[in-house]
Amino acid sequence: MSSETKQPFNLGQFYTKMGPLVALIGLVVIVSILNTSFLTIPNLMNLLQQVSINALIAFGMQFVILTGGIDLSVGAILALSGAISAKLILNGISPILAFIIGVIFGAVFGAVNGFLIAYGKAAPFIVTLATMSIFRGMTYVLTNGNPITGPKMNDSFSFQFIGQGYLFGVPFQVYLMLIAYIIFYILMHKTAFGRRTFAIGGNQKAAFVAGVKVNHILIWIYVVAGLLAAVAGMVLTSQLSSAQPDAGSGYEMDAIAAVVLGGTSLAGGTGKISGTLIGALIIGVLNNGMNLLGISSFYQQIVKGIVILIAVLLDRKQAKN
Amino acid sequence: MKIELKGISKSFDQNHVLKDVNFSINGGQVKALMGENGAGKSTLMNILTGLLTADSGKIIVDGQELTYKNAFDAEQHGISFIHQEMNNFAEMTVIENMFLNKELKTKFGMLDDKSMIAKATQTLEQLDANIDLTTKIGDLSVGNQQIIEIAKSLMNDTKILIMDEPSAALTETEIDKMFTIIRKLKQQGVGIIYISHRMQEIFEITDEITVMRDGLTVANYKTAETNIHQIVKDMVGRDLADFYPERQPHYGKTRLKIANFTSNGVFQDISFSVKEGELLAFSGLMGSGRTEIMRALFGIDHYDTGTIWVNNKEVKIYNPSDAIKHGIGFLTENRKEEGLILDAAIADNIGLPSLNEFSKHGLLDQKNENTFIDLLIKRLTIKTVDRTATARSLSGGNQQKVVLAKWVGTGSQILILDEPTRGVDVGAKREIYDLMNELTDRGVAIIMISSDLQEVIGFSDRIIVVYEGQITGEILTSVATQEKVMTLATGGKLDE
Repeated sequence: MSSETKQPFNLGQFYTKMGPLVALIGLVVIVSILNTSFLTIPNLMNLLQQVSINALIAFGMQFVILTGGIDLSVGAILALSGAISAKLILNGISPILAFIIGVIFGAVFGAVNGFLIAYGKAAPFIVTLATMSIFRGMTYVLTNGNPITGPKMNDSFSFQFIGQGYLFGVPFQVYLMLIAYIIFYILMHKTAFGRRTFAIGGNQKAAFVAGVKVNHILIWIYVVAGLLAAVAGMVLTSQLSSAQPDAGSGYEMDAIAAVVLGGTSLAGGTGKISGTLIGALIIGVLNNGMNLLGISSFYQQIVKGIVILIAVLLDRKQAKN
Repeated sequence: MKIELKGISKSFDQNHVLKDVNFSINGGQVKALMGENGAGKSTLMNILTGLLTADSGKIIVDGQELTYKNAFDAEQHGISFIHQEMNNFAEMTVIENMFLNKELKTKFGMLDDKSMIAKATQTLEQLDANIDLTTKIGDLSVGNQQIIEIAKSLMNDTKILIMDEPSAALTETEIDKMFTIIRKLKQQGVGIIYISHRMQEIFEITDEITVMRDGLTVANYKTAETNIHQIVKDMVGRDLADFYPERQPHYGKTRLKIANFTSNGVFQDISFSVKEGELLAFSGLMGSGRTEIMRALFGIDHYDTGTIWVNNKEVKIYNPSDAIKHGIGFLTENRKEEGLILDAAIADNIGLPSLNEFSKHGLLDQKNENTFIDLLIKRLTIKTVDRTATARSLSGGNQQKVVLAKWVGTGSQILILDEPTRGVDVGAKREIYDLMNELTDRGVAIIMISSDLQEVIGFSDRIIVVYEGQITGEILTSVATQEKVMTLATGGKLDE
């Protein structure tokens, strides 16, 4: 198909194509050399547990970023929907039903974001900054600032299983993440909805003139982001056996980082969901590796920030060429 | 002052935009630079003003070679460019705009309003213009905004003034006023490069005419020694008769009918219809409302009242998606802003309005879609490596064909084409005309908006003229002349 002309090596282009994968493999090699306990089954399973939560949020975040938007409220949605489910369970509702209701609430919170952004024509950054504060505040009101927990949660097998259970030696939440990956891979890359998402990010005006119902799609995308954040909230609540009022704070940053590290442009319009999965794995290995190496969490933040900056700068370099 | 451009060449990628071009202008001279869109006029002027650097060639000012350090350097050398779209800040006052980035300051570093007002007043007096310096510039008429632009350049001691389509949005009285100013500047020794498509103006105001075509300067005349016919022939490279393909329309039933269409303050009481197989041209000055009517009709902009019938059935259109459902397609005038996703593949661009056709149980049938897109690329002779190339990588003409392919792909029965050949080279233009003929032969109704009077008269069946948001007349193309259309477009009446 393409002509086989030799092109000068371009670091930016190379990164967008292969970079995330190469960076992940390199990171794994380095960490496993520095610390032999990295490549052990228990550690890897622990790592995947953490990655699952971030990846679930990041898949939703990627749809938002593909349209050129951003969703800062996902961490707060995670906490609020987790707290709602926990309350329901303590009030005698079956855990499964409580989880479903919690996830529906997450979707509704996302719809609020989407509605304000699509019809209010407000900047996604500002809208979700405001709703982040609102949802977090509502979580504190609902929990009174204390963790929600109780015997009804701890004694329930189905409640415990989501965040603590294993299936064939692999944590259940990893399956959840893989199922979400497949569903959203298809949605992003194989359906008209996905194509329209990219079109909005590429040129919203042109997409509108081409008959794309921009507002509808935007609302649905923020619904997806809210829904996935809520699913992550269920996993985390189960994993901790309690709903914490400050659960998920800062998770929006890890999700954005995963998306960007995975090669999705913050300007919207280009990206692959496989990249985001790899991006989440990079963040996971980075966190896990630094923990194993005994690097203090203060330094960890600095390192993570630098890694994100490098990824963004490489992205800009690519955009310029 | 005398400026000579010698042997200027410039390429963008593989595209040779200027090929060894020579051009000169003297102080006290008004020189027309003529040429079709894509002939290379803008590139040449951007090189003259330092916005672009030539690949080869020299700029010689009064015998000395000039090299620019940056884009602001040209102003220092007394060369100013008044662009077609004026780059002023609507919310700031006239005086703030005039001194933006060149503010006069007191010795304490504060803004020196007194000196600025004095200087601005003096400059405007020089132009016999009476404009309140404290009004927001956005509240001025386009004509007065233009005068401010001229005044700005005079404050810089401009010796050479380039004016790009200065009359495009002006009324007749405003044009007269501008001509008075131009004559005055000429007396003061300023050289003016006047870029316009309006033949009458060119022959009224200029001393000499240079014609460009396909990146070459093809002719140079004293205005008094040539005529419109000759200039047009030089511009298009052949007689107009051969340039536009012949129309042999066969009309069917009415495809689209609009009645009492109004958007308050934008256009009023617009009624017209177009038939199967018909090519209806919409003419009018920039800002007359012709584009706005079509945007509202297609559901992009809002309208207040009016009724739309498609194939004799009343329809409601609230957004482009509704319009597409009723078989309408719309090529907008600004393909880069509203026509294309520049960094997406050609395939994604062409397929976008037709995605529903390729969705089976929610999934896209990509094989089927690709076959369809390859067919359209072939039929519209889009020159590209393959369907995965980005829209940005294509030339203007081929980009336009991609936008057309979108609407041919949806099977539009009513096509609205806003400036379909703007920024398109001569060869691609002809291909677009041929395609339009082919479409009307198959029963499509086409509405073409065009600023190019020759195009309107050379290639349409009927012409509707819009002036200040109202239809001022309708002429059969067979009996239309440039003068008749221009009269209607500037608010005049035709004597029967």
